[in-house]
Amino acid sequence: MEIFADWTLRVVALGAGLLGAVSGFLGSFAVLRRQSLLGDALSHAALPGIALAFLITGSKATVPILIGAAMTGWVGTLVVRLIVRRSRVPYDAALGLVLSVFFGLGLVLLTVIQKRPDAAQAGLETYLFGQAAALLRADVVVMAVVATVVLLVLMLAWKEMKVLTFDRAYGESLGLPMGRLDGLVTALLVVTIVLGLQTVGVVLMSAMIVAPGAAARQWTRRLGSMVTVAAGIGVAAGVSGAVLSSIVPRLPTGPTIVLILSGVVGVSLLMAPERGLVWRRLQLGRLRRRPRQEPVLMHLHALSLQHPDDPDHGHEVSVLRTMSPADIDVEGALTALAERGLAASDRRGLWAPTELGRREAQRTLKREADR
Amino acid sequence: MNPEVEILLIAVVTSVACALPGVFLVLRRLALVSDAITHAILPGIVVAFFLTGSLTSPLLVVAAAATGVLSVVLIEAMHRTRLVAEDAAIGLVFPAFFSLGVVLVTRWAGKVHLDTDSVLLGELAFAPFDRFIVGGVDLGPVALWMMSGILLLNLALIVVVFKELKLATLDPALAAVLGFSPVLLHYLLMTAVSVTAVGAFSAAGSILVVALMIAPPAAAYLLVENFKPMLLLSGGLGALGAVGGYGLARWLDVSIAGSMAVVCGLIFAGAFTFGPERGLVSQIRRRSAQRVEFAARLLAVHLLHHEGTMREAVECAVSNLNVHLGWPVPATRKAIAFTVARGLAFEEGPVLHLTEVGRRFAEDLSAGGI
Repeated sequence: MEIFADWTLRVVALGAGLLGAVSGFLGSFAVLRRQSLLGDALSHAALPGIALAFLITGSKATVPILIGAAMTGWVGTLVVRLIVRRSRVPYDAALGLVLSVFFGLGLVLLTVIQKRPDAAQAGLETYLFGQAAALLRADVVVMAVVATVVLLVLMLAWKEMKVLTFDRAYGESLGLPMGRLDGLVTALLVVTIVLGLQTVGVVLMSAMIVAPGAAARQWTRRLGSMVTVAAGIGVAAGVSGAVLSSIVPRLPTGPTIVLILSGVVGVSLLMAPERGLVWRRLQLGRLRRRPRQEPVLMHLHALSLQHPDDPDHGHEVSVLRTMSPADIDVEGALTALAERGLAASDRRGLWAPTELGRREAQRTLKREADR
Repeated sequence: MNPEVEILLIAVVTSVACALPGVFLVLRRLALVSDAITHAILPGIVVAFFLTGSLTSPLLVVAAAATGVLSVVLIEAMHRTRLVAEDAAIGLVFPAFFSLGVVLVTRWAGKVHLDTDSVLLGELAFAPFDRFIVGGVDLGPVALWMMSGILLLNLALIVVVFKELKLATLDPALAAVLGFSPVLLHYLLMTAVSVTAVGAFSAAGSILVVALMIAPPAAAYLLVENFKPMLLLSGGLGALGAVGGYGLARWLDVSIAGSMAVVCGLIFAGAFTFGPERGLVSQIRRRSAQRVEFAARLLAVHLLHHEGTMREAVECAVSNLNVHLGWPVPATRKAIAFTVARGLAFEEGPVLHLTEVGRRFAEDLSAGGI
């Protein structure tokens, strides 16, 4: 019994991890392209497909249900596009409309199914919240295949994906098949979401798509590392969520994964170097404490211009203090400038700009003039 | 009252109460905030339910609405850091809240009668079971009283701050300059949306509240051009969606909330396709009319160009015009019919001639460009 439980856990953890990886890959692009909520709309729009597939085939076999879900999800994105293109209804309203109406249709179909006398219908509602524990080895194999395909597409069309993400018009002008690539990425996203429905369910699938990408974005500026980090976060959250929910009684897998992901996003937003809030606060403090150097450098430069034959001619600190506004820490600024190699003092404590400092000052002057 | 009438009344009142704040959501591009709020109220509902033990207590409405507003605050705070785009912030916040709610429910599922399905999906058919009884007198279902109260609150809000809301919606910068606090108005609206969502979830379920909030206003947006008519029409379409949805649900014996969403979607699809000004059909019709008109202009200039020349009989022969203009035969035929019908040209034997009016028309065109 214990071995069986262990085996189940392994399947679930593997499935959740793979789902996290694929979501991380594709979600990075969705986040960068401002399509974060497309996943939300898509996963809701898949519900009528699930119900329809069951109504037509009469079985809960995974493959037809996934095909049905993918088809209505796809139709949902087409309807959103049609509404935005052909009316003045804004994108967000179109998304919300498709999401809720398709979901309503799915609900109607589910109640139709519930009235049918055959008992096989039970369990369709699990698609709402997902039921990771019910994952089978076959499901994991399907996920592994999808993950491989996604990885292959990303590797083969990496630069095209980059152009599609950041400058689609440029890609079109180069004659790259942007439309087809966009279609392919959306199709892969549909497949991923549909697979995710089983694990985390309709409502929480959107977090699987958005969270890894949004968290990874904080840690890096490069697309390659962002996608990798996102996939890593997805795997870690998927596996740890699955393990945690198997250890703690009555802790559902999907919401656990999402809560872990939310925690990762929170930490990333606060702690990530350069972008994180805490980091930014520290940086701001450092900037505030650092003595203002530019005016002192400009004064040094102005003084050295007075001695065209001897640019290294030094001046007393008191001269600079007289020239500068009262709130400037002249000594501190001089020390900082010396550290940066922009100014130097001689044996007598007289200060002059270095060659580098003079060039820096001229650059500043030019910048001011250009403005 | 008989329960069916009660259900219908609750449906209509809920639908109208949702459609009114929905107008502002659609116009202010906040449609998906309704999606976020309807999900984010779950942990508030759960906690308040643990405390009060009732799904319709006023405390529950307050606590859950507070969670909804909190989620909006969080989304905006995240967006303001510029670390994530607004849509990503929405997509991050509400699943987190919702997950928290689901975990709370599942952890303590044994002790309370509340399951996540009912929050997500709602079941209007059960609404009449919860009666509002004062001093032993049955005053009707609690849900009806609650939703009527919320509807009145929404109406009061809109009437009292109508011009401020209208201004802040259509021209936020001007509203701020004139001294109306956009932030205050925004949070008033968000509070109204949260309260409405909490009130409606037990009847309609989280996700269908979104349909009731977005579909009727979006449909009205395609049908009318002014603010007040849009509000009235949204309310009307919402009520229509409720009645139609209830009818559909009765007829097919399916989920009432689901069929209300579907009928609201159909109403939008109707406005989208057949709207008198902005509908798909009139867009197509207008475009083809413009095409014919443009062709008629080219035709008139062609006739003017060859008028009185030796080749006129060849170039302007009705049967040959398509060759000379390089157009398909049906398009040519339509253009000729249009010029003749407008009195710009007439057929004389095999040749098409400009009328006096048509000549002036063509001269104007070739002088001022087409």
